[in-house]
Amino acid sequence: MEEVDVEPVITNIPAASHDKHLGFAWGPGDILVYETLYKASGSKRSPCTFIHEVRKDEDIYSPILRKLFNESHHIFVGLQTIGEDLPSKSKKPQFVSVSKNYRSVIRACMEELQQVAVSTKDSKLATEYGNQVSILLAIELIWNLCEVLFIDAAPAGSLLLHLLDWIRLHRADVDEKARDVLQSESPAEHCDYWDVVVSYVLQGRLEEARQMLVKQAMLHPASRNMYKLMDSLLSKMPFYKPGGTQPLAEFDVKWRHWHDEVDRCLQDGSFASNQHLELICKILVGDEDTLLTQKELLSTWYHFLVTRLLFCHPTVKATELHFYAQSCLTMFLDPRSTPEPLDSILLAAFEIDIHQVIKDCSIALNNWWFVAHITDLLDHCKLLKSHNLHFGSNLREFLLLEYASGLFTHHSLWQLAVDYFDHCSEFGRVYLELLIERVPLDTERKALKVLRICEQRQMSEQVRSICKIMAMRTLRNNRLGSALSWSIRAKDAALATLISERFLQDYCERGTFSDLDLIDNLGSAMLLSDRLTFLGKYREFHKLYGEKRFREAATLLLSLMTAKIAPRSFWMTLLTDALPLLEQKEVIFTANQTYELMYCLEELTSSLNTTAPSKDKPMQEDEVEKTKVELLRLAMARNLAIAIVKEGTVET
Amino acid sequence: MESINAKYVSQKISKTRWKPVSHSTLQQPEIFATGSWDNEENKISLWSIGNHENVAMDDGNEGDPQVLCEHKHDGDVLDLQTLSVSQHWARAHRYPCDSAPCTSVVCSSPEIVTVGEDGRIVVFRADHEGVVQTIENADSSTIHAVTYLRTTEILTVNSIGQLKMWDLRQHSKSPSQIFSLSGDRVPLHCVDRHPNQQHIVATGGQDGMLCVWDVRQGNSPFSLMEAHSAEMWEVHFHPTNPDHMFTCSEDGSLLHWETSSQSDLPSFLQGNRNNSMISRSAMPSAGGNQSIISAWLSGDSSKSRLETTHMLPSQTLSVNSLDVLGHYLVCGTDGEAIFVHRQIPV
Repeated sequence: MEEVDVEPVITNIPAASHDKHLGFAWGPGDILVYETLYKASGSKRSPCTFIHEVRKDEDIYSPILRKLFNESHHIFVGLQTIGEDLPSKSKKPQFVSVSKNYRSVIRACMEELQQVAVSTKDSKLATEYGNQVSILLAIELIWNLCEVLFIDAAPAGSLLLHLLDWIRLHRADVDEKARDVLQSESPAEHCDYWDVVVSYVLQGRLEEARQMLVKQAMLHPASRNMYKLMDSLLSKMPFYKPGGTQPLAEFDVKWRHWHDEVDRCLQDGSFASNQHLELICKILVGDEDTLLTQKELLSTWYHFLVTRLLFCHPTVKATELHFYAQSCLTMFLDPRSTPEPLDSILLAAFEIDIHQVIKDCSIALNNWWFVAHITDLLDHCKLLKSHNLHFGSNLREFLLLEYASGLFTHHSLWQLAVDYFDHCSEFGRVYLELLIERVPLDTERKALKVLRICEQRQMSEQVRSICKIMAMRTLRNNRLGSALSWSIRAKDAALATLISERFLQDYCERGTFSDLDLIDNLGSAMLLSDRLTFLGKYREFHKLYGEKRFREAATLLLSLMTAKIAPRSFWMTLLTDALPLLEQKEVIFTANQTYELMYCLEELTSSLNTTAPSKDKPMQEDEVEKTKVELLRLAMARNLAIAIVKEGTVET
Repeated sequence: MESINAKYVSQKISKTRWKPVSHSTLQQPEIFATGSWDNEENKISLWSIGNHENVAMDDGNEGDPQVLCEHKHDGDVLDLQTLSVSQHWARAHRYPCDSAPCTSVVCSSPEIVTVGEDGRIVVFRADHEGVVQTIENADSSTIHAVTYLRTTEILTVNSIGQLKMWDLRQHSKSPSQIFSLSGDRVPLHCVDRHPNQQHIVATGGQDGMLCVWDVRQGNSPFSLMEAHSAEMWEVHFHPTNPDHMFTCSEDGSLLHWETSSQSDLPSFLQGNRNNSMISRSAMPSAGGNQSIISAWLSGDSSKSRLETTHMLPSQTLSVNSLDVLGHYLVCGTDGEAIFVHRQIPV
């Protein structure tokens, strides 16, 4: 057995005290827990009758996060259709933009959560929202780094620029502080003034730092030269221009030149008289000890890492990052403290260990949304090595399936899951087949939607079962017409037979047909089952009779019996229907037809006689039956006589 | 497509309707109602798109629909129509007839007609407590939609592909006329009537086919057009410019249909003329002069141009409902988004 990566989390079931025995059943997303009937001898306690539902993923029930799921679903579907045939080079920008789309969705969601967290009055809710915000923040941070390192995979030079953007985006608190400072009456004397300037420098936002410094310089005309020198140092710092013609080596030479100049200024004590400017100068020269004194402003080790790279190794390559990252982490963190999950995830990312990132995220995060989507994106970028799982098909599909089955347990989001299953080539369909049958069908409209999903995927087994469910439900409500059309849609002959039977029964009781609008328009669907064919044809007979097309009606009636379409139990009714036709003044049944009719009657009566007369039948009913037969025989004999005479007469 | 505004609302939308505005004031619509479905707790919400002064108030997301009020609704909201806001709630809870889902409702002040999966037609009055009229077993299958043809006549479509006309004055149990597609019994899901020419009716069915019917003659559709690849959930003529029609479907698309007749006359003039001509002479359309027959009934697609355009950006989940008023269109999807289009080209 494999080792577990982390200790399992313990969830307490509130209603189950310690001396009770619990059983459980796995669901796709949830677990059902119930108390088992395990009685130690002597105890007379009656067991608890509740079943508890343990939800692993509470997030899908958050109304705001639902927007995340919906919007990302749209992006996901778009990503799957990015042409396979395109050369991989031209696909990269598309993948980067997909990644940015995902991130902007996270951001939008985060902002809304933040707003709600601020405005809510319930403190418990507010902390809950706050937690969700911090999770999303971490997700976005990781995603952004993955985008820079894996998806965009920028070459040396521009790599650092991307990392700077990454830091700036996630350390936007500087801008807030700067706004406070600038809005105060005398910004240069504000207590946070130097914090802002140094933060700007640490983030490499030198232009903004210079603008801030101008304000200070105006206050101190005496040290004007010193400020001027700093200004020129800041303005001269070279930045790599991606896409330009400048080779990396040339940039490196330029940068070294600038670095030496800063170093010279530091050595000759140009800023010795001003501690703030000296600090900035030390930062510019990349002095690690000085940087470490600014822990407060850096606040995280990865900020420290990027700042250190900026001022010491601006041409760092992605493959070298892990070395700096590791050392920054150890330098920055208190040796006694253990790194948080986020730290190890980011470290794994800097080590370009994609699988470790995904694994750590799966453990640390409480939902599958992030890992499923980023793994899918990375897989599209062809970055995942074939990684042998001991289960399922591959990592991407495994994670997507987990995420989608989580969605499917939701009363409303199940529709999204369908598209995710579609894009899991190996097991998606099986999952969908098993789950779709279990969607509760409250209304016909919902049933139609589920049916459409099944029909589009040629899941005929599921289509049949859904139609059957609907047919049975309508049947229970005595809506025979609806039930029949559902069973026709299900192509379920047995059910159609059953319903036709009900129709005929109704007819026998009431003497009229119900739901004529359906039966009259059956068309070829009539052939689904023998009984349904009979129902349709029998109704046709009534129609012909009503239209006084007696001859056609008679032929149809006879053929219903001779072709054995009509069930034997219904023959008596059919023969009784023939009675008025036999009694017409005009001859309708020909002699031959009458013979056949008589044959039918005999067959019927003989079969009735052979089966022992049921004793429980009241005598009266038997009598009625007998009279009916007598009447029929009489009518047939009369008709035969007239027919023979008529057929034998040559009309003149 | 910058005039389209999308908003994710965390509930699947089953219906969207504009609050009517009076045509005389040339007001633009600004309030619409939505109904949700398939939630544990479904809601009817009223939204304002704030075209006027209040734009300044919600800075940042101008034009984003804002919730005005919400009301819980037991069960999925399958249809809603607005008379005026005050009457809205009282009626919302009267739909369920015998726990069988009620599928559609239509009102023509003060009468309200509802139909349901139980194949029943029920008539209410807004100012009346009880039921005014019930037609039991009006249909053997589910009635999917209902619309008024004239003040006393209604049209229903059902799940076996029939279009039925009912005269409410006759109190009879059977429809005054049944129209149907020949034989295939493809369920029809929606119906709408031409706003000026009441004999022209459009329906949409399960196969995404758009049918235009002339209820004065024949009992099969006048023209059939392949519109969508899945169920068509709603069809609407533009209320003031009926040369335009809008349809939405399960396949996630929303189509704008536009017919233009060869005549150079502006369509509204032509529409008026049609009306008077037909009412005076009751001219049969076949063989008649093409130019006086509504573009929808000209049938011959080569002679009258029929143009369709997709109105939404790529969208994979079903568009359940749409409503159009003036230059404004609103639609709701299963992707839990509401789209508001402010400049539909009509």
